[in-house]
Amino acid sequence: MKTFKLDWIILPLLGMLAVLGLWEISSLTWAKDLPTPAKTWEVSRPYLAEPFAKRGEMDQGILRFIWYSLILVAKGYTLALIIGTPIGFMLGLSPTFTKIFDPIIQVLRPVSPLAWFPLGLMLFLSAGRNASELGALFTIAVCSMWPTVLNTAVGVRAIPQDYLNVAKVLKLSRTKTLFKVLIPATLPYMFTGFRLSLGIAWLVIVAVEMLIGRPGIGGFLWQEYNSAIYEHIILCIITIGVVGFILDRLMSLVEKRFKTA
Amino acid sequence: MAFLELNNVSKHFGGAPVLKDINLSVARGEFVAIVGFSGAGKTTLISLIAGLLKPAAGTLKLNDLEITGPGPDRGIVFQNYSLLPWLSVFENILLAVESVNPNWSAEKRKDHVEKHIAMVNLTPARDKKPGELSGGMRQRVSVARALAMDPQILLLDEPLSALDALTRATLQDEISRIRAETNKTVVLITNDPDEGIYLADRIIPLTAGPGATLGPSFTVEIPRPRDRKSINHDPHFKQLRREIVEFMLNSKTERHTAITKKLVLPDIEPEDLNLPRTMTGWRKTPIRKGELKEEAVEVKP
Repeated sequence: MKTFKLDWIILPLLGMLAVLGLWEISSLTWAKDLPTPAKTWEVSRPYLAEPFAKRGEMDQGILRFIWYSLILVAKGYTLALIIGTPIGFMLGLSPTFTKIFDPIIQVLRPVSPLAWFPLGLMLFLSAGRNASELGALFTIAVCSMWPTVLNTAVGVRAIPQDYLNVAKVLKLSRTKTLFKVLIPATLPYMFTGFRLSLGIAWLVIVAVEMLIGRPGIGGFLWQEYNSAIYEHIILCIITIGVVGFILDRLMSLVEKRFKTA
Repeated sequence: MAFLELNNVSKHFGGAPVLKDINLSVARGEFVAIVGFSGAGKTTLISLIAGLLKPAAGTLKLNDLEITGPGPDRGIVFQNYSLLPWLSVFENILLAVESVNPNWSAEKRKDHVEKHIAMVNLTPARDKKPGELSGGMRQRVSVARALAMDPQILLLDEPLSALDALTRATLQDEISRIRAETNKTVVLITNDPDEGIYLADRIIPLTAGPGATLGPSFTVEIPRPRDRKSINHDPHFKQLRREIVEFMLNSKTERHTAITKKLVLPDIEPEDLNLPRTMTGWRKTPIRKGELKEEAVEVKP
């Protein structure tokens, strides 16, 4: 029991202390502009103590900012899943489809969100006031759908021949084969894809918000950089990390549920 | 007239023949067991009858209609159960019933499924997932699923070989009982001659592969119901068993196949110490270039 506690509580704390120490030393020695941990805590307190406060458009409690960002991520991510899953299925089911589109996918996949975003803005220029939000959604969807696409395709290809034989022998219709055999057999892979996609969507949101200067955790970060309040930059970085970590944990819980099925 | 008829059927994957010149005819209501070594092509044979594979040559006919693909007229029980793990016992069987009888009312389907679950004594496990069942229970579900489609012929592909001896004996008795109740035509594939003799009307050995073919058929003249204990002392049983085993072993020793192997002889660069040392090291010249050779090897089983 003692070693258990040592492993799971004390060791991570040790790691955190080490990083804090390094940070403290850095801000005292070579990086004079870097606020010390204590200073960061002090300046960030109002944002953490009143997480839902709204003092102005770009001066709100941290949970409010997170909420704005999460809403935008949820929209873009949903879009990514709606587009990505069928594409993945088609890739997995049809070798011809794979041959036609795989090269394009491989080329588009590594493109940075920062490169997609101007294209998104341009595409929705006519939308006027909503242009930046639509552009952001486009960017999130395009960047985050690839893991879903590829994992779904792999999952479909990995369906055991036994299950396909069952579908053949039972003479299942196409829809029945899809819903009773293909989709359930692919679910574990699909959820791995969904989890990776969510991680990317959360990465992209920060970049996109910085570009459009919209209220949200990324927008706040960029604004505080411009106003030279460096403590808030660190606050934002830690917040983004923690939220990303929580999202990943939540998704992996969902993923596990489907693994056993 | 034969109910299931195979005429000069052969099948190969790539170059090597798996089955060749298979001739088989099964009468309606007959129970035929095909006994063969592992890897001889038993599963290939049953996949051909099921329509999952197409023969390279020859014809397969069921009830005078050529077999072109899988169909609900042939119920198959696979060796590895092949149940869908995300569906319960009931749903697995229901899926088959729905697809064969799309016009039935929900009530009728349900009754039909329940009846077949009861037939294999699985009513208490009705709502369990395959993962929660033992191997023997899973295979029963598989049998129930095949029977629920009300097929004209039941194909059993080594249904019991993954089970322990006790479960196997119980399931053999159950197959025997169900067969007596339903009077279906059955083709059983097995690697156990005893199992074949105990269950079947006729046993046909499959010779050892590659290029396996069916041997002469042995009729089992032991009256039903057969008793597991006394059958061991039945002189007819002993003789049949000896003949079948002998035939199978002979078919194995007769085969001497030659396999041509491709050999790749590597580049060999021994260091020649007599050569003068240059600035970059030893002067290296390959003594012998890489070569490709072919070699015929006699394979004895």
